[in-house]
Amino acid sequence: MSMRQVRGANSAPSQQPLLSPHAPEEGDGVDTSPAIGDRVAKTTCYMCACRCGIEVHVRDGKIRYINGNKDHPVNRGVLCGKGSAGIMQHYSPARLRKPLLRTGPRGAGEFREIEWDEALSIVTERLGRIRATDPKKLAFFTGRDQSQSLTGWWAARFGTPNFAAHGGFCSVNMATAGLYTVGGAFWEFGEPDWERAKYFMLFGVAEDHDSNPIKIGLGKLKARGGKFVSINPCRTGYNAIADEWIGIRPGTDGIFVLALVHELLRAGRVDVDYLARYTNAAVLVIKAPGEADDGLFVRDDEGRVLAWDRVRQMAAPLDDPDLAPAMTGGFIVGGRSCVPVFQLLAERYLDAAYAPDAAAERCGVPADNIRRIAAELAHVAFEEAIELAVPWTDMAGRRHETMRGRPVAMHAMRGISAHSNGFQTCRAIHLLQVLLGTVDVPGGWRYKPPFPKPPPPGPKPAGKDGGKPDTPLSGMPLGFVHAPEDLLVDGDGRPVRIDKAYSWEAPLASHGMMHTVIRNAWAGDPYRIDTLMMYMANMAWNSSMNTDETMKMLTDTDEAGDYRIPFFIYADAYYSETVAFADLVLPDTTYLERHDCISLLDRPISHADGPGDAIRHPVVQPDRDVRPFQSVLIELGARLGLPGFVTEDGSAKYRDYADYIVNHERTPGIGPLAGWRGESGGDIGRGQPNPSQLDRYIANGGFWHHKLDPDQRFYKMANPAYLEFAQQMGFVLKVEPVVFQLYSEPLQRFRLAARGHGPVQPPESERARIEAHMDPLPIWYAPFEQAMVNPAEYPLAAITQRPMHMYHSWGSQNAWLRQITSQNRLFVHHDLAAELGFADDDWVWIESVNGRVKGQVRLVEGVERNTVWTWNAIGKRRGAWALKADAAESNRGFLLNHAIGDLLPADGSGKRYSNSDPVTGQAAWFDLRVRLRRCEPCEEGFAEPSFDALPLPPSIPPAPEKLSFGAEFRRAFGR
Amino acid sequence: MTCIPAATERSLGLVIDLDTCVGCQACVTSCKEWNTGGHMAPLTDMKPYGGGVDGVWFNRVHTLEHITDAGGRTVHFPRSCLHCAQPACVSVCPTGASYKRTSDGIVLVDEDKCIGCKLCSWACPYGAREFDVDVGVMKKCTLCVDRIYNEHLSVEDRVPACVAACPTGARHFGDLGDPNSAASILVEERGGVALMPELGYEPTNRYLPPRARSERAPKVAAAALEDAAPQGGFLGWVDRLLAR
Repeated sequence: MSMRQVRGANSAPSQQPLLSPHAPEEGDGVDTSPAIGDRVAKTTCYMCACRCGIEVHVRDGKIRYINGNKDHPVNRGVLCGKGSAGIMQHYSPARLRKPLLRTGPRGAGEFREIEWDEALSIVTERLGRIRATDPKKLAFFTGRDQSQSLTGWWAARFGTPNFAAHGGFCSVNMATAGLYTVGGAFWEFGEPDWERAKYFMLFGVAEDHDSNPIKIGLGKLKARGGKFVSINPCRTGYNAIADEWIGIRPGTDGIFVLALVHELLRAGRVDVDYLARYTNAAVLVIKAPGEADDGLFVRDDEGRVLAWDRVRQMAAPLDDPDLAPAMTGGFIVGGRSCVPVFQLLAERYLDAAYAPDAAAERCGVPADNIRRIAAELAHVAFEEAIELAVPWTDMAGRRHETMRGRPVAMHAMRGISAHSNGFQTCRAIHLLQVLLGTVDVPGGWRYKPPFPKPPPPGPKPAGKDGGKPDTPLSGMPLGFVHAPEDLLVDGDGRPVRIDKAYSWEAPLASHGMMHTVIRNAWAGDPYRIDTLMMYMANMAWNSSMNTDETMKMLTDTDEAGDYRIPFFIYADAYYSETVAFADLVLPDTTYLERHDCISLLDRPISHADGPGDAIRHPVVQPDRDVRPFQSVLIELGARLGLPGFVTEDGSAKYRDYADYIVNHERTPGIGPLAGWRGESGGDIGRGQPNPSQLDRYIANGGFWHHKLDPDQRFYKMANPAYLEFAQQMGFVLKVEPVVFQLYSEPLQRFRLAARGHGPVQPPESERARIEAHMDPLPIWYAPFEQAMVNPAEYPLAAITQRPMHMYHSWGSQNAWLRQITSQNRLFVHHDLAAELGFADDDWVWIESVNGRVKGQVRLVEGVERNTVWTWNAIGKRRGAWALKADAAESNRGFLLNHAIGDLLPADGSGKRYSNSDPVTGQAAWFDLRVRLRRCEPCEEGFAEPSFDALPLPPSIPPAPEKLSFGAEFRRAFGR
Repeated sequence: MTCIPAATERSLGLVIDLDTCVGCQACVTSCKEWNTGGHMAPLTDMKPYGGGVDGVWFNRVHTLEHITDAGGRTVHFPRSCLHCAQPACVSVCPTGASYKRTSDGIVLVDEDKCIGCKLCSWACPYGAREFDVDVGVMKKCTLCVDRIYNEHLSVEDRVPACVAACPTGARHFGDLGDPNSAASILVEERGGVALMPELGYEPTNRYLPPRARSERAPKVAAAALEDAAPQGGFLGWVDRLLAR
């Protein structure tokens, strides 16, 4: 056997070609070597958010086949069920074909086609007027796009603070908790060490966060005999192959994790050296109840945080290399009583309130199991530690002959995030990781560059003044607050932003709150807007809570008969439910027809072993009169004369998005792409724009990836070999240690404000809420809706899961993917069904305080007994997505969103808060409580609520009755 | 009645690991995507955007729950042609359209000879046959006979589409008639099984069973956690540890 080059994830000997991969003499006339395509383009998938590398085979201008790129750092050649069905997305019958202008009443879906020039003139005239008078009257919110560094910059140049992408209703709890605690975050900014982990805990993960890397990793982990523990109320997908499945009650992961913390502390099974070196465990916290500095860190005159030196018996800066830190005790420094963070932490979690027996009652996991898992974690972290023979020197100048690893890895996502206690729960998981010494060590959870960055992160959000006419914001609209002074509130404490992000109701709303925009704009709270511009977010259906009422708000009129939301511009590639509600529709391209950049400034494709970014480039040209939204935005920027989008003579600075990708510089030398910078393409990270940059990306398979040296790959938080590289690349401002904030001082600053200290004060009505939830150490509290509704009336939790073969609402227009799931069921545990007298296929009402939905049940065993669940976003509005009137999606499929409130029930004062996390504003999708009731016989057979069918827009032909896709390729070979 | 070769030179087939299949459908759609433009093109979809949608698929994944006294398990079960050594679908074929190749053991359909009588789909106990109502012929998994020998593909890509795509690496491929092939060795190591061998069709494909629950939870020999400092209190213990 000749030596073969082995690439990609599936390279086991049993996954290789035959030893002699040439056709045998069979004589049956089968053509075993048909030509495939006439060219192959390597680009980036967009069938979900995972950003895998793909090879697109094109034959006679038509897409023949798409497979994974073996060299790509994300997917290493594999491709998921969605990615492998990309052809049917590209050729979807629901593709929009031309700009549309509303002709009928809003929401009726009646349009006429217009030319692009007219469409862009309408937008320019309207937005120009807004910008010249009151720029915040434009609310610009984008969905699951991957161009937020452009769209955010555009909004800043326009001058509106009212910008965000979809993070507020997705996973901002994970991002914010991670960035404020360990300076990185699950998924986007970190990943398990799949090569070395021996014990892996997965908390509440939807398949697309992260898709193929988790699948590849689980395959490898299980092949090596590592233990995989999943914590999820539902035994779907990944959870099905876990060695131990913990069917936890929704929203109780925090108390489970803190009980593990209790056990580890009780037994002294924490990595004390690691805590002393890389965290603020030794930092002194002032104890002065009632005073303005209570709970803040002790600092010296230079502002450095101090710890107590046990040897010198004095306070010393935490970064003093000679520090012998006291982790416990009480001290007097500068006349102030103070204690180390670790003392506070141990006191809190050693309390019986966090003991397994107490936790078990809330989370439903037996106390013995909690104790056993804590023991397993400790055993693997400390008795099965690994050493990589890689010498390195830490920030304090200590040389280490090896890189020590504690092979316990964790990953958490939506199931943690989508609760109103998600921020604190995510903080609790990071606390657990850090106590075990598993962050950025071999076998643990690793940062993906450009992370880590020092917590709390910067910069701060701009737009506190609400925006000024014809003036850009002073910075980007989204950022990170460190103290009440950074909030976007006016002198009376009222929100500046339309979504109320960075207000007292959601102080750390780092991704904005897209899920509140339509209600607030409709209610004029805090003010009326003029134009709502949205991109790629299905807000009139599955991307909103309380969908029915959201649709009404979009179409509601005021006393004068004018729409309360005066103008709605919507950009999408497909005929989603939301298109029908737009006044003006800007049709986008498919992912195979466009340029994109997957940028280090936004959400890159980095691997823990090194930074990376990627592009999309047009594989084929559109056969419709559509344009990539990013290029449209750049043209609008030029038409509006936005600074940065025009040259000195007022002409357009960028031809289109591709031109912007190459030539835009955010700061000198740093642009959207990090690879092949400099005139000759020899620079990475910093360098002049390179006119051939896109060609270099295309030649390299559509991506750039830099592999770190072995001594840069771990302990990035305190590894000068890495941090110097990071500083050169512009990832961090200076070479300084990233200190994990087990105790979060920014949160304490909000508590002090709630207690009456400081210049920026919350309204009286918000003080208690701030005090309760902005705890500087992780806490657990019952999710709000769970706590507010009567458990006897609504005894069940209801959540959704994502089918592995669907990306939100997108999959149902895909002829192949919808054949796998075209009707969702409500999955009910056998025991619960027996109690309620339900049988398979029964039709039931799912009733909540917010509304009710009717669907069909399926009995299962793999679900927490008092939790019911369904697949997300399978139910569709009739007529949308170019589906036929008899499609199962709109007749038997249902959308749980109708039962989910966007507001909480009224509290004691009558106020109804957003159904969101009180720290970050994250939408609390999974807090829903329901009861089930069998429907009347006359109600069986169809899902409810049901809405009028949407008509197809002009020139979109009815979807075909038959698909013979691929027949033409066979004919092409003369068969 | 069509003859089955007494022996084949090779017995090519798939090995599918039920211990790591997460049911993501990658093998299902990558198969559809390749084959709808491949040897048996097209894999027609009827009513693709309406109610009662029904298409031709060579590979489907079913999700099942297996409940025992020891607890339940969710199993994702990919199902495709098993390329039997004694394929009933071939022996019942009245025209010779269904046949088993002597060189590599792949079971194929010659569309020019198929009259669409569906006897083969009745005969196959595994439900692996797919009738294309539009074309009027029976279609089925070709084991990517137009990939595994395809001189237009680089050598490393000459594996079935499903094997290349599978994100968890749960799919394997090789000559299961050769006990020394990597695929056969894997089957041996993992106790791979044939489906319903009692029927006598001698399927070539093998399934690697999920590890039993006792084995599934690898032994983590963790002693129960004891109090760190039952006498002195935990906090004093921490600083004593640091002082070493």
